[in-house]
Amino acid sequence: MFGYEPDVILPLIFAGLMGISILVYVILDGFDLGIGILSVFGTDDEKDTMIASIGPFWDANETWLVLSIGLLLVAFPIAHGIILTALYLPVFVLLVGLVLRGIAFDFRSKVSAQSKWMWNLLFFIGSVMSSLSQGYMLGIYVLGLDLSWASAGFAALVGLCLAASYGAVGAAWLIYKTEGQLQEKAVIWMRMCLLLTAAGMAMISIATPFASARIFDKWFTTPEIYLLAPLPLLTGAVFAGLWFLTAKLPRPDDSYALVPFLAMATIFTLGFAGLAYSFYPYIVPDQLTIYEAASAPESLMIILVGTAIVLPTIGGYTILAYRIFRGKATELKYD
Amino acid sequence: MDALILSRMQFAANISFHILFPTITIALGWVLLFFKWRYERTGDDAWMKAYFFWVKVFALSFALGVVSGITMSFQFGTNWPGFMETVGNVAGPLLAYEVLTAFFLEAVFLGIMLFGFSRVSSRIHTLATFLVAFGTTMSAFWIIALNSWMHTPQGFEMRDGVAHATDWFAIIFNPSMPYRFVHMLLASGLTVAFLMAGLSALRWIYGDRSEPMYKALRTGVYLGAILIPVQIFAGDMHGLNTLEHQPQKVAAMEANWETRGNVPLVLFALPDEEARENHFEIGIPSGASLILKHHADGVVPGLNDFVAEDGTAEHPPVLPLFISFRVMVGVGMLMLVVSWAAAWMLWRRDDINKPMAFVLAGMAFSGWIATLAGWYTTEIGRQPWLVSGVVTTAEAVAPVPGAHVALTFATYLALYAVLIVVYLTVLYKLAIRAHYGNIEKDPDPRGDSVSMGKATGEALQPAE
Repeated sequence: MFGYEPDVILPLIFAGLMGISILVYVILDGFDLGIGILSVFGTDDEKDTMIASIGPFWDANETWLVLSIGLLLVAFPIAHGIILTALYLPVFVLLVGLVLRGIAFDFRSKVSAQSKWMWNLLFFIGSVMSSLSQGYMLGIYVLGLDLSWASAGFAALVGLCLAASYGAVGAAWLIYKTEGQLQEKAVIWMRMCLLLTAAGMAMISIATPFASARIFDKWFTTPEIYLLAPLPLLTGAVFAGLWFLTAKLPRPDDSYALVPFLAMATIFTLGFAGLAYSFYPYIVPDQLTIYEAASAPESLMIILVGTAIVLPTIGGYTILAYRIFRGKATELKYD
Repeated sequence: MDALILSRMQFAANISFHILFPTITIALGWVLLFFKWRYERTGDDAWMKAYFFWVKVFALSFALGVVSGITMSFQFGTNWPGFMETVGNVAGPLLAYEVLTAFFLEAVFLGIMLFGFSRVSSRIHTLATFLVAFGTTMSAFWIIALNSWMHTPQGFEMRDGVAHATDWFAIIFNPSMPYRFVHMLLASGLTVAFLMAGLSALRWIYGDRSEPMYKALRTGVYLGAILIPVQIFAGDMHGLNTLEHQPQKVAAMEANWETRGNVPLVLFALPDEEARENHFEIGIPSGASLILKHHADGVVPGLNDFVAEDGTAEHPPVLPLFISFRVMVGVGMLMLVVSWAAAWMLWRRDDINKPMAFVLAGMAFSGWIATLAGWYTTEIGRQPWLVSGVVTTAEAVAPVPGAHVALTFATYLALYAVLIVVYLTVLYKLAIRAHYGNIEKDPDPRGDSVSMGKATGEALQPAE
């Protein structure tokens, strides 16, 4: 294929697929996790609207996590074992968080008004647990799965900033999907979260090259440094643009309401590209490359065939679902 | 306790909790499609009301299935890395196809199925219902294919201690797969049948005589009555297949120690692995030979054939298999009697009486008990192997500190216990509320969100 050997091209394709599915996950589940975090600041009615704005989507959003972890598991089984056993406890926190919020989401609409507050609270707690643990895992991963106290501290900070960035993308979704007072609140939430997100991305960008001499060399040599410069510059520009735009939102005619969400998606994409460049070709930082960890080519090939057919279909019906539920969020009804 | 036994207990708890919910959603999806189809054909609103009640049960069960399923998919890596490292080339693609062909389909169209009725045409809504039902069944297909392969592996070769796929058709359609798949689908159908009959009977007990309740009651009872004999036949076929490929499992299920003819069907006994014999055995002479070999003097393999030179047993633990198999069969027999009696009653007088209502309500979750017992029989029956003849459970376990596993295990157990209680409570309340919604003007006709309010609150919760 393309003049390459299958055991070279296939791991590369699967690393790419995994990257895309993690990125899609972070953007899509990011906004509904973020809304879970922000829900604690809303009034009871606002909580209903906020949750209604993600109701038809959250389940499918979370499926991208299953696909990411599934691709890691099927394409790079050895790495899957190493990474997940190293992250045993944060994975556990993530799972309990996902369980709590998934359950709370469904139960809160089927219980009496008296016990609804409890499910709302669990929805918030679950969202916070999931977001913090994902950030914590990212932090540990960036430092090469180092489990010292210093890296735990760094990872905790990353956790906080990832949670904030989810808050930002969640607020951006609310700006798009709501109106009135909640929309105005969402703008304020977004600006607060944006500051923390910027701090977090700066932190990871500075820490990564210093944690790994290899990554330092990959970035700070000519001509790479000039070729890569647009990445941080562009990210900074989007941040700044978003900051100035949100100062003037929401507009009376609701124009530009979708722009903050798209800008956040761009920021996530740029940050992700930087990470991907830094770690390629490693899947376990500085220990195991994607080529060493890959499954047998014949197994990857059979998945690839299916993926090539199915992934566009999934994209198609996901877009269909977003179209069906387009417009401002309304009360969720079963009929 | 070490990480191995704790990891096993944790995974057992996890999979036991998880399987409860797919067991409901697999068949409930199709029943909902049936309700929707009847509504489209007849225009009778009662079908749609039945749909709206049961779609909530579906949503709750689906949510619990999803979150516990995600937990399981992570535990492959956190607790059993040796599994994917050894057989990842085979298991990986099967799991990948489950995510690609089933998970996304279910998740995306569930949103339309639950919340899209007023946003899309009824026809598209029916299509969404079909795709969700189809997705859950596809999901079961891939998982059962993998699970069956772990019992009866074929279509691969070992290179440097790692399994490599050589024939995907042989892997997917391995010898026990068709039996296991059919057995599981029928188990799901029976679970839903009894749940539907049971919750409807509960509404009946509370005085509900509405048409949506009767539609669900009839569906549940007749479905159960039709499926149970089919299941008994399929189960028998599955048992014969197991005898062919995993004789040690059948020997343990029957607590048969010696390979011989005229093996009795043991109804009660206390198998003793130390002494390698049964205490207090009560059996039907030649019964097991008759069932397994269709011959009174048919030779049935015994456990003593599966002992290593040094005396260690190379068969699964006998007592849990012996008991769980009997629980499964016992519940199945009860299902046969109850569903036929109820079907007879419904057919003769188009209603049930009070004792029958209580029996049906009491058996609302009998499907869960039979399914769990069946899974214990088949899964414990594979021990000490994780994949028969390829990798043992002990070889696959993660080098994680026992304390970490103990901590997570305890938390999972507590979480699952709470969730089960909450799930059952909410189902119970949904059922009662549906009833009060029918006799009075429902303050919220959807029965959604805050409708436990004024009209019904006092009657149900005098303390408020």
